[in-house]
Amino acid sequence: MKVFTTNHRSLGILYLYLALAAVVVGTLLSLLMRVHRVWPDAAIPFFGLMKPEDYLALVTIHGTLMIFFVLTTAPQSGFANLVLPAQIGARRMAFPKINVAGFWLTAVAFLVLISSAHFHGGAAISGWTSYPPLSAVPAAGPGQGLGMDLWLVSIGIFCLAQWLSAVNMLATILGERRVGMTWSRLPMTVWAWLVTSILTLLVFAVLLAAVILLFSDRHFGSSFFVPARDLINGQIVGRGDGSPLLWLHLFWFFGHPEVYIAVLPGMGLATSLFANFSRRSVPAYRVMAGMLVAIGLLGLVVWGHHMFVSGMNPYAGTAFALTTMAIAVPSTVEVIGWLAMLWGGGLRLPTPMLFALGFLSFFITGGLTGPLLAQPALDAYLHNTFFVVAHFHLVMAMAGIFSVFAGVYYWFPLMTGRVMNETLGKLHFWITLIAAYGTFFPMHFAGLAGEPRHYDRLAGTATSFPSLVPVERGITFSALLLAAAQLIFLWNVVASARRGRVAEANPWQATTLEWANGANVQPVVSGPYEYELQSSGNGFHPQWEIAAKEE
Amino acid sequence: MPATFTRNQVEIERKDPGIGGKPPLDRRPTGGGGDGENWDNHPQGRRGPRELLIRYRLGVLFALAGDLMFFVALVSAFFVRQSTGHFDIHDNFINDWRPLAVPHILWLNTAFLLLSSATMEMARRQLFHEIDVMEEWLGLGRPAVKRAAPWLVTTLALGVMFLAGQWIAWLQLVHEGFRFTAPDPSSHFFYLITGIHGIHLMLGICGLTAALVGLFTLKKIQFRQVAVDTVSWYWHTMGLFWIFLFVLLEFFQ
Repeated sequence: MKVFTTNHRSLGILYLYLALAAVVVGTLLSLLMRVHRVWPDAAIPFFGLMKPEDYLALVTIHGTLMIFFVLTTAPQSGFANLVLPAQIGARRMAFPKINVAGFWLTAVAFLVLISSAHFHGGAAISGWTSYPPLSAVPAAGPGQGLGMDLWLVSIGIFCLAQWLSAVNMLATILGERRVGMTWSRLPMTVWAWLVTSILTLLVFAVLLAAVILLFSDRHFGSSFFVPARDLINGQIVGRGDGSPLLWLHLFWFFGHPEVYIAVLPGMGLATSLFANFSRRSVPAYRVMAGMLVAIGLLGLVVWGHHMFVSGMNPYAGTAFALTTMAIAVPSTVEVIGWLAMLWGGGLRLPTPMLFALGFLSFFITGGLTGPLLAQPALDAYLHNTFFVVAHFHLVMAMAGIFSVFAGVYYWFPLMTGRVMNETLGKLHFWITLIAAYGTFFPMHFAGLAGEPRHYDRLAGTATSFPSLVPVERGITFSALLLAAAQLIFLWNVVASARRGRVAEANPWQATTLEWANGANVQPVVSGPYEYELQSSGNGFHPQWEIAAKEE
Repeated sequence: MPATFTRNQVEIERKDPGIGGKPPLDRRPTGGGGDGENWDNHPQGRRGPRELLIRYRLGVLFALAGDLMFFVALVSAFFVRQSTGHFDIHDNFINDWRPLAVPHILWLNTAFLLLSSATMEMARRQLFHEIDVMEEWLGLGRPAVKRAAPWLVTTLALGVMFLAGQWIAWLQLVHEGFRFTAPDPSSHFFYLITGIHGIHLMLGICGLTAALVGLFTLKKIQFRQVAVDTVSWYWHTMGLFWIFLFVLLEFFQ
């Protein structure tokens, strides 16, 4: 394989490798945090005693790695490069060179971020959201000098990379479809990638602008985000009437659609898998596709719900609460559509389907706390507690990563020509499911009891803290189990890639074009999910079939 | 076959059914075949002479849509920053925004940029002039290149003059004491907006130079068309962005 290969399939696998590297580092960092929370005074191997600022650096880099380099790259760029051209019947991407530039810029951004931990002062400590004024002033903490600069450079490069990838992806989806691949014959994954690409194009540009403004505040003496006479670490730093709220608006205009960039490909993939493994067509195809678009568009106008306690105008908060709760409508339509597909279908439960069901489970569990947090009055209490941590880890992190697992198990034959081991896969699924709920579900109770997030230890006068220690300990053990279960997955990937069962041509009896096994130039004449559920057999009409039913 | 500016309208002719013949059922010029909206049988994907051009135009369009959001973010930051302030000990609202007197040379620069957009469009149209294009495609000479090159050079010169004019505006401001490091947010925004737009124009000038070189080195007329066409859409958009940014800087201080 060439180093700078323009082959989109190789690029997809490279993206998955990059996401794997990021998820390994991110997971190890989260384990350090969990261990530290339970044994705050114990020296951690290879790390030593953890200072509060070290804990904040862990929070920052864990969040940045997971959100940017795992949940943005793997579901969108990784899988889309792997199968999108095949699914729409294109031979290649519209702009292979722009595509490859996008990947290598992403890799550079990753290296810059990782390197930031190794310089003087360590990594940035202001969280993945980097709120000013603390992120605008080097005196705010040990990592806020060079560490914060490198964070900004890394994210700036990442924005450019995503912009390039989205341009390529959109031009491919719009311009390179095979004859007959109409809008209503697109697999649902392609609809999802279409929406995420549009979101990527619109919101990463705004983040890039915000990053440039913040960099200018730090180095060129401007005052976009630093308020007047701000006192940080005993120094008065404000130069003008800058507005930290401005950063929050710009950041969350990016940050909220980012959540959909992470989870929409999972929704598209889940729709495909539910159809395939229950052998039923997608009910109300156009509604399901339209709801994906609606979620994406509504996602652009809800960013203020991250800012209820920021000092924003409360009337604006009410408006954002309304738009946020409106998102529950298309999300519910999607869920009902999925349940309708599963209900009475000829259900098959191989590992990819299990993970898709796991995605559905987390999407519902984590999603249900969304309308709660969308109420400004409730959010005022819950915002800085572990309740929010539980919410977004279930609905974005776990749902997102389960969809990635589903994709890896499902498309593994396309990558290696072999099928992943089912026994290990099922073991991996059940341990991961139970440990993930064990890790993140109790955080709701910790949050309701008032446990704050971003604090490195539970110390202080609050009387509820001692009773939380057993919960904390349980969460940590569960997190360790969750991480350990992923060793089964890694082993399964390596072993199956080498010695796994050789896959037949269409191992999942799927209908979408990525399983056509090449050598097909026919116009597409049928929809993406045409199955015949009959007692006599399992008929299905792949999209590469030359249908005789025209006559 | 290259894309031509004036497309041939290929009429789908109705076959003469002759006396007693049946009317043709397929390829009717109007109406559907009775199968409703024809949603699924419409051929997708552009094939044929304009495929390459459309692919690159789509790419430029999407890239510029992202770029537009970038400038929208800067402009919204401009308005937010203009209205922020703090309360002093007597509860007076203090706002540090002092309107910047924008140098008058910007009017001249704007005129240069508008003119350059016109010359750019002239250059672009030469590449889609049907007779010339056919001649180039058949290898009978390069009339389109010969006509487009002077317009491209003119655009290039006007673009450089615009950038030089912007530089003079910066020098004038610095001379009056408005450096970037001055405490005024209005000067920050002036340097930031003109600077970032200037960087975009420098990229445009690189693109223009590449298109000019491409006119003489690219082997196929299709690629020459793509080179000039994409650069010209970029250039027009940057001109349009500048009009909005100039109005913002001049009238919304």
